[in-house]
Amino acid sequence: MAAQNLKHALFCAFITVIIAYPILGLNLVAEGTSVKLEGANTATVVNVFLAAVAVFLFQVFRDNIMGVFGKVPNLNPLAKRGPVPQEKRLLMERVFFVAIILLALIWPFIVSRGAVDLATLVLIYIMLALGLNVVVGLAGLLDLGYVAFYAVGAYTFALLSQYFGISFWLALPIGALLAALFGFVLGFPVLRLRGDYLAIVTLGFGEIIRILLNNWTSLTGGPNGIGGIPDPTLFGMEFGRRVKEEGNVSFHETFGIAYSGEHKVIFLYLIALVLAIFTLLVIRRFMRMPVGRAWEALREDEIAARSLGMSRTAVKLSAFTIGAFFAGFAGTVFASKQGFISPESFVFLESAIILAIVVLGGMGSQVGVILAAIAVTILPELAREFSEYRMLIFGAAMVLMMVWRPQGLLPMRRIQIELKEQG
Amino acid sequence: MLVLENVHTHYGKIEALHGVSVEVKKGEIVSLIGANGAGKTTLLMTVCGSPQASSGRVILEGRDITNEPTSQIMRSGISIVPEGRRVFSGLTVEENLHMGGFFNTKAEIRKSQDHVYDLFPRLKEREHQRAGTMSGGEQQMLAIGRALMSKPRMIILDEPSLGLAPIVIQQIFEIIGQLREEGITVFLVEQNAHQALNLADRGYVLETGRIRLHDTGKNLLANPDVRNAYLGG
Repeated sequence: MAAQNLKHALFCAFITVIIAYPILGLNLVAEGTSVKLEGANTATVVNVFLAAVAVFLFQVFRDNIMGVFGKVPNLNPLAKRGPVPQEKRLLMERVFFVAIILLALIWPFIVSRGAVDLATLVLIYIMLALGLNVVVGLAGLLDLGYVAFYAVGAYTFALLSQYFGISFWLALPIGALLAALFGFVLGFPVLRLRGDYLAIVTLGFGEIIRILLNNWTSLTGGPNGIGGIPDPTLFGMEFGRRVKEEGNVSFHETFGIAYSGEHKVIFLYLIALVLAIFTLLVIRRFMRMPVGRAWEALREDEIAARSLGMSRTAVKLSAFTIGAFFAGFAGTVFASKQGFISPESFVFLESAIILAIVVLGGMGSQVGVILAAIAVTILPELAREFSEYRMLIFGAAMVLMMVWRPQGLLPMRRIQIELKEQG
Repeated sequence: MLVLENVHTHYGKIEALHGVSVEVKKGEIVSLIGANGAGKTTLLMTVCGSPQASSGRVILEGRDITNEPTSQIMRSGISIVPEGRRVFSGLTVEENLHMGGFFNTKAEIRKSQDHVYDLFPRLKEREHQRAGTMSGGEQQMLAIGRALMSKPRMIILDEPSLGLAPIVIQQIFEIIGQLREEGITVFLVEQNAHQALNLADRGYVLETGRIRLHDTGKNLLANPDVRNAYLGG
């Protein structure tokens, strides 16, 4: 036992050195036209060595250390509390929900412009993740090409504004409906597929859309993308310094306040917030409706669900369509926020990140998915200094999550009544 | 009530049913017995339209349902209790029952639910328990109860005794007898030939995709060939 522990610890320490040394120690230095590899300085070498020693010691005494941790009584004092009465729980939920919305409403007025911008991005991801949650979490259909619907929404707005001068507010429902139509059309061929096959076909669909956008240069501008997408207006009031369109007035002149670039950012944030809340509430409603139960029934046991007369076609198509609809929503907001879109923004990695959010949050759980969307969007921003290792950290986080909490941050809980103990 | 006329069913290129004709009359209990792989489940699935018969006709209450989609067939007064129970294990007993009455109004659901609880008082006791945590017999009761929620005129049971204790099997068969008294037609597929033929008005013996024998339940029980092949001599 001890010998094996020692061997294991040596191995771990060795791994630490061979991973840490190249990452932290080696530097590429440009010297004129050539690039030279530079070794680590002494301090780094000492640090790496100390880290290896720390890993070694931890691994040798791992059993003792974990044993001490195990003895810490009741790490989570909430774990043993009894179930809260139904009405009280509902009230708590409502109060919590209102508090969060209030906080989100005053948020842009107390933080910096960059933070508001980031928060808008978070809200877009929340919309995407909530939509994908319907497809993957509730209906159990693994969709790896979800970003395609996001692209449809974004490009719909960009193209409509470029060729027909259509405004954000009109493009919003059109983009969402068009994305839903794409979801519906994709739904047909994939209905018969399950699991891995479904994943591959949706993955292919996502790539088809991206490649189409990339190569249909005459319409989409190809890799150059589409720029000059207009900002949303507030009842015909524009947020720019000067009014671009005939007949519109500018926001700052109407209210007689000084022009500030922040108005636009805050306005976009508020739009995203309203749409995210709309998405949340609509999907929440769907989950409680018969169609929501049908999604879950089909996911749990397809044969049983069909034996009860549910139509596989209708149920799966509805999940695909509704999921795609909200991706279109998010896409329109994204196009408006960026002002410029190109196929670059809709690569497979985006699909993977949205899927990761759903899995991390806990399939089917709306609160979990929202928390995960916040975490996955904000953490890379906070860890800017390690930006080169972002994907490495992301991957490690995914692996650790799956080992420790495979059910996600906040797994879905069904509403149920607790049985009272008799006696 | 239900008539199969010379039905052939294929899985890809393999023919699983070679021209099967079966009739279930209104108010009867008809048993279909046969060994593993004889095509019993295939026959039932063909009635449900998944897979559909490649030739021949399936007629339910005078209506040709051969080429109708499964969802349509399952909403026209016929219910199936699938093999291996297949309850929704994450849902409570009550929720499972509600799934059974998916296409009915709330008032109808309430009525059928009370009726199911009358038939199976055990389910009433476990109303809020998750289906997956119940015993096999209770799950089978739930599966039958769920099938009854849509108020079917005919119920198809695929191996209801599978993996259950003898005493529980006894209960299940008593319930099946009760269903007949309520006027529900029962089509029963069983490996447990003795019980199934005892209860049945008529029986069919299926062998490698063909109907070998067809007689009343009592006669089949007495038939030496059946006794040898399915009742252990």
